[in-house]
Amino acid sequence: MKLLRLAPENTKFPFMRFRRVSYPFSAVLSIISVLLFLFVGMNFGIDFSGGTLLEVQAKSGTADLSYIRDLSEHLNLGDLEVQGFGTPADASIRFGMQPGGDAAQQAAVEKVKQALGDSYEFRRIEVVGPRVSGELVQQGTLGVVLSIFAVLSYLWFRFEWQFAIGAIIATMHDLLLTVGFFSITQLEFNTTSIAAILTIVGYSLNETVVVLDRIREMMRKYKKMPTDQLIDMSVNAVLPRTLMTATTVFLALASLVIFGGQVIRSFSLAMMWGIFVATYSSIFICSPTLIYLGLRNEHAGRAETATSGRP
Amino acid sequence: MLRFPLWKTILTLSATLIAMLICAPSMIGPANRAKLAEVMPSWMPPNAIVLGLDLQGGAHLLYEVDRADVVKTMVQNLRDDLRRTLREEKVGVSGGIGMNARGVQARLADPNDVEKIRVKLAHLVPISATAPGSGLDISNEDGLLRLNITDVAIDNKVKRAVEQTIEVLNRRVNGLGTTEPNIQRQGDDRVLVEVPGLQDTNRLKEIVGTTAKLEFRLVADAGYNPADVDQLDQTEQLGKLPVEKQVMVVGEDLTDAQPGFDQRTGEPVVNFRFNIRGGQRFGEVTSANVGRPFAIVLDNKVISAPRILGPITGGSGQISGRFSVEQANNLAILLRAGALPAKLSIVEERTVGPGLGQDSIDAGKRAAYWAAGLVVFYMLITYGTFGVFANLALLIHISMIFAALVLLRATLTLPGIAGIVLTIGMAVDSNVLIYERIREEAHAGRSIISALDAGFNRAFATIVDSNVTMFVVAAILYFLGSGPVRGFAVSLALGILTTIITAVTMTRMMIALWYKYRRPTKLPI
Repeated sequence: MKLLRLAPENTKFPFMRFRRVSYPFSAVLSIISVLLFLFVGMNFGIDFSGGTLLEVQAKSGTADLSYIRDLSEHLNLGDLEVQGFGTPADASIRFGMQPGGDAAQQAAVEKVKQALGDSYEFRRIEVVGPRVSGELVQQGTLGVVLSIFAVLSYLWFRFEWQFAIGAIIATMHDLLLTVGFFSITQLEFNTTSIAAILTIVGYSLNETVVVLDRIREMMRKYKKMPTDQLIDMSVNAVLPRTLMTATTVFLALASLVIFGGQVIRSFSLAMMWGIFVATYSSIFICSPTLIYLGLRNEHAGRAETATSGRP
Repeated sequence: MLRFPLWKTILTLSATLIAMLICAPSMIGPANRAKLAEVMPSWMPPNAIVLGLDLQGGAHLLYEVDRADVVKTMVQNLRDDLRRTLREEKVGVSGGIGMNARGVQARLADPNDVEKIRVKLAHLVPISATAPGSGLDISNEDGLLRLNITDVAIDNKVKRAVEQTIEVLNRRVNGLGTTEPNIQRQGDDRVLVEVPGLQDTNRLKEIVGTTAKLEFRLVADAGYNPADVDQLDQTEQLGKLPVEKQVMVVGEDLTDAQPGFDQRTGEPVVNFRFNIRGGQRFGEVTSANVGRPFAIVLDNKVISAPRILGPITGGSGQISGRFSVEQANNLAILLRAGALPAKLSIVEERTVGPGLGQDSIDAGKRAAYWAAGLVVFYMLITYGTFGVFANLALLIHISMIFAALVLLRATLTLPGIAGIVLTIGMAVDSNVLIYERIREEAHAGRSIISALDAGFNRAFATIVDSNVTMFVVAAILYFLGSGPVRGFAVSLALGILTTIITAVTMTRMMIALWYKYRRPTKLPI
């Protein structure tokens, strides 16, 4: 049987030559992401903005969106969004925090329930109060920061410092671009999105570690080779594995996007984007950083003293 | 490479078998589960996997104990205690006792009296229910006595209030007859109430959110002194009713409450019994006040105000208030369970209907089947025979995640399913790392056996390094996340642990056996 190969045998792509293109390109994308975040903003779900989300399903026929919109607006609930999703019978109703504390949120839900009466089934009710949403923002931010630090200290311990710096630059790059992705697509950003971001951080580091591992191995083997050549060789060596794994993860995520249902779609889409960016950054962002940080000279010097020191 | 000892093979195979047996009950419907339980050995966990509220449907309600309410009660009690102490010690005050947000103050007629009662005052508020020490800051400026409750004393009281709330809510929710409610403390002042498989959360919210402070108080006579009377609302919207401030009997003196029907009118009522102290007190008061109406007050609202027809000395009674059957049931549950020590408010609610839960399960399953199918097919066309090994390892990997979830009694949520689907994609990464390494080594001119050996050994370090990073992320998600996200973290972390077992050990075993019996002259990849 003829087996499928994604990457041709023994590739010799001069990846490092692209650093003069990939660095500015990524810098521009990162800046655009920050600008998007600042000026367009993210579509924060009720987890972070507080408020109420209701999912209703018409007991018979289709959901009458304009009717729901009308009714809800009569109730004076402030900023209100009514959307159809999934099947034509489904609709989601979202409104912001009601003035008057926790009891007011509950009262608002009650009002909608009464207004829609018996013709709709309430499939999901989520009410997040102001204090809880504030805490979720804190926890989410803390989670992202903590995980980056934890993983970095591991890398610092296992590799040379240049590797850790390279990994953090690549990871920050992936994080920024994912934020930009959320801004531009206006996918809802909620606690599962934080989980998606952390998973992207994990995946990105996973990719980076595989490349770095190989660079380190090559460094020990070819002590005299110039850094860019050495990195090119390492990246080419792991390229089949990188493409293969990116594909299997992509297949798994595509199944989630297509069949996993509405609830986790934004989570899966973000992660799909994440593996794409992480694969790119592990090759074109992390590795060239090692050249800029002058990895070779220092390491080569150290390696030689180490060898000569032995009997 | 070739030396894969027999004991290791046996251990690996039995681990696989056990994992598959453990997850068997979760894979089949509840009807077959009972049949399966009969044939399975008794030491096997018969349980299916625990589904999260987002999958089985149910209510997740996060309540907060109202700290201000706790403090208010403390200050009121302090005022009453101070008044009593001053009276007992015969210390005169000019003006009354004033209350503020954190304590009370009073102007003493003789500033020197403070020293006389200082020790007694210190005992008015304990620092906590168990520890010795005073929870009061006492200051005296020329006879202006100030008693402020310390933060520590308030914190302890709030903590105690949360504990009591949990006890009361457990009794109440169990009274509803729902299955496996989960009620637990969350942070300093919050209580999480999770009830699976509930259709209507309104009743639950009513049962949980009501303070249920029951009081029997006399209705004030005409010509009352306004200072001794509260104007209370009535549930029937009949306007305000003047009710004496003094409480005759409180709800804590009830020993039992049951819903029933009035024998004459057939109206739903709640029958209750007092304990000895309550029965005596109720007997005394009703004997002394025959002909007067008394008010049954629940959470500062008058439920009903019947006239006392004669002394009630039997220690039992009946509350009527134009209840529906459900209202009578609810009230009986509330009275049996006792009152909450402080007001509760809902700070977060997440309710999923059973229909949506089932839809999510179906969607998750469909995604998992597709992901597994695609990955298996892809591994097969890329690696041939070795792909078969990787796919077997993947199958075992998935059963091990499920087995671990069952054994840990961890909860499977929708993001948890997503985590498993994701690990289907990532689990093969270890195999890919190994196989690609083997190919590379073979291309570099090594013999088959040495390429296999080098592939496994060299890839192992990379596999560990790359999985540690992912595991750290999953651990952090677990400790910071809640509910569904936590489920994702658990699946992800378990997936990472089992992938090391399956991809490395299992695949190694399979390839070792394959090499032993086939003696290949050429690598199939």
